[in-house]
Amino acid sequence: MTFLNAIFRNLFSRPATRRYPFVKREPFPGTRGQLAIDPDRCIYCGICAKRCPANAITVSKTPSKSWTLDNYRCVICGYCVEVCPKKCLTMKQDYFSPK
Amino acid sequence: MLQNCKDVTRENLLTEVASRLPLGYRFVTMTCVDLGDAFDVLYHFDKNYELSTLRLRLPKGETLPSVSGLVFAAVLVENEIKDLFGIAVTGLAIDYQGHFILADGAPTAPLLKNPPPPTAPAAEGAPKNG
Amino acid sequence: MARKSVIPFGPQHPVLPEPLHLRLVLEDERVVEALPSIGYIHRGLEKLAEQKDYIQDAFLVERTCGICSFIHALTYCQGIEALLKLEVPPRARYLRTVWSEMHRVHSHLLWLGLLADAFGFENLFMQAWRAREEVVDLMEVTAGARIMLGMCCVGGVRRDLTDEQLAAVLKSMDKLNRQFDDLIPVILKDYSVQQRLRGVGRISRETAYERGAVGPVARASGVARDFRETGYAAYGELGFVPVVETEGDCYARMEVRLAELYQCLHLVRAAVRKMPSGPISVTPKGNPDGEYVSRTEQPRGEVVYYLKGNGGKNLDRLRIRTPTFANIAPLLAMLPGCELADVPVIVLSIDPCISCTER
Repeated sequence: MTFLNAIFRNLFSRPATRRYPFVKREPFPGTRGQLAIDPDRCIYCGICAKRCPANAITVSKTPSKSWTLDNYRCVICGYCVEVCPKKCLTMKQDYFSPK
Repeated sequence: MLQNCKDVTRENLLTEVASRLPLGYRFVTMTCVDLGDAFDVLYHFDKNYELSTLRLRLPKGETLPSVSGLVFAAVLVENEIKDLFGIAVTGLAIDYQGHFILADGAPTAPLLKNPPPPTAPAAEGAPKNG
Repeated sequence: MARKSVIPFGPQHPVLPEPLHLRLVLEDERVVEALPSIGYIHRGLEKLAEQKDYIQDAFLVERTCGICSFIHALTYCQGIEALLKLEVPPRARYLRTVWSEMHRVHSHLLWLGLLADAFGFENLFMQAWRAREEVVDLMEVTAGARIMLGMCCVGGVRRDLTDEQLAAVLKSMDKLNRQFDDLIPVILKDYSVQQRLRGVGRISRETAYERGAVGPVARASGVARDFRETGYAAYGELGFVPVVETEGDCYARMEVRLAELYQCLHLVRAAVRKMPSGPISVTPKGNPDGEYVSRTEQPRGEVVYYLKGNGGKNLDRLRIRTPTFANIAPLLAMLPGCELADVPVIVLSIDPCISCTER
């Protein structure tokens, strides 16, 4: 009975799951969770908007400077973070959660 | 450029395909490319990890003879080409009547470089996205 | 006198997470004919790919499939690199191999769970998916995402692994190995598993070949075809030999995948130990021009990318032939003659991925 080992191990080990809403797993350090911007350093060049594979970013210079991200379109690939000339875009580790 | 690529015509397509099968070639897939005034229909075969291709230059409006009588595996991809490029394929082993990939109310021949404009408004209850 | 009836199987069916519709013609309980129909989730990815530039397409093709995403990107990038005549640095080739094999482990475990669920072995389903969690976590640690790694780019990979991360990979492989040792002998010997799978959905070597079967379906019928043998990425330097079985039934297909699980661990370990140092990517220059057919081995079999560039930054045509598309024709050869109750098991034994198939 080879399964006995597995049965005993399962009986005496902690559950593989967490009591989720109460116990949350800490995100791993390298996780791509959601995109964040430091608006003070942004020069509104629009490179991120042009390169984005999902057309999730809109940048406009006129009439007022704005940078908006559609979180529901974003595929969290992190390509914009790589191409940003001012390095004002960063990846946060926690996931975006709808309101 | 593609290796082992051989041009065929509509007339000798079936004999070319038939002559490859006894040599141990395995049918891989077909690719259709819109060239503007014609289509390139590529038949990919594989033998010992070597790919060899038959290239058929098909002017627009002509029908494509089906190879599914020789290679049954081709029937799915021929139906797909028929749906996505609007090429009439003759002699299909299973004919899905243009509903293999696309549903009612979907755009016609969407993979053409200049797809035809949608004709009638989608029928009532038809799925919007196909 | 047997009575003929026609029943629809799917598109909504408890064992199928994805919409595949089969029109089954039955004589009493025996299937005499099966006709597939797909098209419920066609997304027009090939058309969309013509509108994005060739760098963005790497992220797009990754989303063809939610299971073997990394290998889709790898196939695409290898094709573009061939068109641009780019030489990928060795470290990038090894990292690509590591992630490809991690993807294979997670895909086979996912499949094992679904198969177990299909024949009512709930316990095995949970054991398989618990083991899968280990490798999915490992992908998140190394690449930053659980499935959509986004790590493969034209010219190399986007993230390097530190020595600590490589050590963590090796540690996880040992842990997985212990879990497989617990799990796999039990599955192979289990009475009910054998009853459900042995002799079911048999397909001969000749039929498999001529219907164009790929991947584990072909290898379970004795067709020793595994594209990794050609040595793309780093496979040529790791001593790869394909797993082959000859029975051609559902049990043989399971045996192939279970043996491949061990093989994946072996390949990841070998790649990590041999990992060369150096840069991880080169910057692509110019635009793709010409035609190329790029092929690699996915968990489900050989995937074919036809790429045609016209010298601009957008591709003229991108065609994807996924392994499930090739395996539908052999599936139609497996179904006639089987019992209706075996249909779900046979369908799952080709590891169908319908979203890939329709793109």
